[in-house]
Amino acid sequence: MIPTREEWLEALAARHGERLQKRLSAASVAVCGLGGLGSNIAICLARAGVGRLILIDFDRVDITNLHRQQYKAAQIGMSKSDALKENLLEIAPYLETETHNVKITRDNMRELLLGADIICEAFDKPEEKAMLADGVFEMMPDKSLVSGSGMAGLASANLIKTRKIASNFVLCGDGSSDISDGEGLFSSRVMLCAAHQAHAVIRIIAGENDF
Amino acid sequence: MVKINGELLPVDGKTLTEYLKTTEYEPQRIAVERNGEIVPKSKYDDTLLKDGDTVEVVSFVGGG
Repeated sequence: MIPTREEWLEALAARHGERLQKRLSAASVAVCGLGGLGSNIAICLARAGVGRLILIDFDRVDITNLHRQQYKAAQIGMSKSDALKENLLEIAPYLETETHNVKITRDNMRELLLGADIICEAFDKPEEKAMLADGVFEMMPDKSLVSGSGMAGLASANLIKTRKIASNFVLCGDGSSDISDGEGLFSSRVMLCAAHQAHAVIRIIAGENDF
Repeated sequence: MVKINGELLPVDGKTLTEYLKTTEYEPQRIAVERNGEIVPKSKYDDTLLKDGDTVEVVSFVGGG
């Protein structure tokens, strides 16, 4: 039996307090890119009790995604935004979602991200990461950006870090492990960086300032 | 002197664009923080580095 909305919220509040849950429920977080980073970030935030997720990706689930992305074999071929929404609602039935099966560009980003308080960058190309950062800081500097850079390969997990670069910019990752160096992507290390990002989001929502 | 990524450099008086041209950074893959704020790319030409500034150039890498 699926719990009622009240039961679900009470269970979360019993975990971390009603005050924090109220903040989490009121928060709206955009996840830009729903791949290795994005799908893991979204699952984390949904479980933690974030009220609303804006999920943006143009791509479809592929067999090569399954080794680190939060999709199921039966979802191969589905749009990532639809598949992830399905998975998230099984975990958190009262999560509000807004899905966009589009590629984020400089031209559409403002409209897509309007409703978000916090934006998670979860792309895989460095040029797109920089493009999103630039657009957010120029057009929406009142929003916080949590970005991921450097999580490829099998280097030590201890190298994944969270750093505050500016008052509205947190950067997670090891900053250097690039997929172009022929390094593979492993679910464990990608999930580590995604968890750093999700954790940063939750801390921002909770009002924690020291990073 | 300007502190850039922890290193003191005598680049006061240069614009961000001028300084970046002397480096190997790829402009489409970076974000620049100066004195606690991110500088939008459209302002790189107009941003003059001053003595005492602290700058960090974040170079994004692929994967995600």
